[in-house]
Amino acid sequence: MSFASHPDDAIRLADVRKQFGDTAALAGVSLKAKPGSFVVLLGPSGCGKSTLLRVLAGLEQATSGTIELSGRDVSRLPPAQRGISMVFQSYALFPHLSVAENIVFGLKARGVPAADRAARLKDAAALVGLGHLLERRPSQLSGGQQQRVALARAIVAQAPICLMDEPLSNLDAKLRNEMRREIRALQQRLKLTMVYVTHDQAEAMSMADQVVLMRDGHVEQDASPAELYARPATRFAATFIGTPPMSLVRLTAGEGGAVLEGAPGHVLAPAQAAGQWLGVRPEEIVLSDAEGLPAGIAGAEFLGGETVLSCVIGTGTQVLQVRVPGLCALPVGTPVRLRLPQTLHLFDDATGRRIEDFPSNLASPFSSKDNATCR
Amino acid sequence: MNAVRFGRYALNGAAGLSLGFILLPLIFVTWLAFFRQEIPSFPPEGYSLQWFTAAANNKPFIDGFVLSLEVAVVSTLIGLALGVPASLALVRHRIPLGPGVSTLLLLPLVMPGIVLGTATYVFQIEVEIATQIPVMGSLGGLIAAHTLVVIPWVVRLVTASLAGFDRSIEEAAQNLGAGPFTTFWRVTLPSIRPGLVAAALFGFVTSFGNLEMSLFLVGPGRTTLPIAILQYLEWKIDPTVAAASLIQIVLIGAAMIVTDRYVKLSRVV
Ligand SMILES: Nc1ncnc2c1ncn2[C@@H]1O[C@H](COP(=O)(O)OP(=O)(O)O)[C@@H](O)[C@H]1O
Ligand SMILES: [Mg+2]
Repeated sequence: MSFASHPDDAIRLADVRKQFGDTAALAGVSLKAKPGSFVVLLGPSGCGKSTLLRVLAGLEQATSGTIELSGRDVSRLPPAQRGISMVFQSYALFPHLSVAENIVFGLKARGVPAADRAARLKDAAALVGLGHLLERRPSQLSGGQQQRVALARAIVAQAPICLMDEPLSNLDAKLRNEMRREIRALQQRLKLTMVYVTHDQAEAMSMADQVVLMRDGHVEQDASPAELYARPATRFAATFIGTPPMSLVRLTAGEGGAVLEGAPGHVLAPAQAAGQWLGVRPEEIVLSDAEGLPAGIAGAEFLGGETVLSCVIGTGTQVLQVRVPGLCALPVGTPVRLRLPQTLHLFDDATGRRIEDFPSNLASPFSSKDNATCR
Repeated sequence: MNAVRFGRYALNGAAGLSLGFILLPLIFVTWLAFFRQEIPSFPPEGYSLQWFTAAANNKPFIDGFVLSLEVAVVSTLIGLALGVPASLALVRHRIPLGPGVSTLLLLPLVMPGIVLGTATYVFQIEVEIATQIPVMGSLGGLIAAHTLVVIPWVVRLVTASLAGFDRSIEEAAQNLGAGPFTTFWRVTLPSIRPGLVAAALFGFVTSFGNLEMSLFLVGPGRTTLPIAILQYLEWKIDPTVAAASLIQIVLIGAAMIVTDRYVKLSRVV
């Protein structure tokens, strides 16, 4: 990816750093976003997502680096002049103003004529379904309704770029799913360039055009959800995505190639892969009666639609997780066979990076017939 | 169970006693204001409203009332203008010696009025000598001193309001296009309004009722109401003073009730 300036990019960050005393909240972040795309900043708590968003919005001044919006350098501009709207995690509604006054606050501040304000208020309120609550105070609204006010206040500004910092984290699971779809629909309808922060990988995968996975102030991987899932660039990315995430096991040298400890007969990779890490997606492993990697059940977690089995490999100690459909109540200690998929992932032990040219034909000695059973 | 109930009775009893202790003087003043006779003695010989007329026609009282009102209003406004920025600085920035400054600003509240009066008196005389500007006994001097007793209330109540303040609403305002001034005026100040109103009310009452400090600072022909009352008491002890006090109590009580309709004072003080 090249980071040369390009007016086609709605957002372009080049080597943005932010230092808080000794902590580098952002340790050189570069990224680009196309106009109208939904970008999700994903990462564990404390990795710098909020800081990146605040630097973008101008609420925090970057220590170094440049920020361009549609080819315009805004690094030194105050928040009001960046053409960015924002939804805060706490919603940040003005407690002393009514819903209507909250929504038009920005229009007033920018001197939009009253008639125009009223029309835009009506549109925005209708868009998020708030029409009947305009006279209320924020304290008289439910969490979901407050969320909608914050949303309306952001979109009424008609800024081309919208930032959201974990906007759904204070809502219950059902409402969260509903709002996810609504926000995504709204973004597409208004053709907004969205930068959306979350630490929930499922949320990221379901909403994003582009996922920027962050860790300790830097970008770990910047890719589409499909790419992030199919080809995680690092061990961290591999274990962050998926429910449950990818299982990682250490390969050791064996006869004829790299094997797993406790299952010497099953060559999984070429000999030079010994010492590296093998990654397998739990949903891609199939339980088998006859053939496959020998393993024993160490635990089962029933999730409703499916069961996640923890399987200890052979006589060893390493664990692979297996996701099977429906209820699969195998008692602990039951011997099973695991058929691994074609697509295995290999990660370097020292750098944690993905090893790309991994001959996958060698990797799956167990392929053909599917006779998986759950007793 | 019984111990708990006994504890509750004891607590209620103690609260009732304290309340009675506070209210008793007020009740007596109120009663006294309606006595018919000039020398207060019990039981009263009868009741009348003559002392209210007397108080309302007493020129020193009227002049004192007007001056006290003037001084209290102006010093409350100045106290707010100084105390609010000071509170903002104390709460939001790491200023050098912050805790020390904070204590200093609250000090006039705990300092005995006589000490404060003496200190201000000496200070104003020194200033007058040094600058040749007539400070001592001037209206300006009096207002400056009263501002001193208003500031602690402002700092105390406004810092308390600011401590629980969610700063993201200010950031939201800026993101929405408001400059620093608009943000302060339309978001920050309204959000701490209960604290501001309470500060103004308590600052005003403190200034209005101040006697000890004012005694040192008033000039000829410039007497505040508490001093006018004191001077009256040196010659007479008829219920005119009780009537004047009752009028003050009613005015301040009314101000509190009206204020409490807009901000719940018990929540901010
Ligand atoms: N105002 C600040 N002062 C000092 N450190 C901060 C400040 N804001 C964030 N940090 C630090 O920067 C790092 C990243 O924080 P943040 O961007 O809030 O992470 P996230 O939103 O991903 O959870 C954390 O280590 C945090 O402690
Ligand atoms: Mg955060």
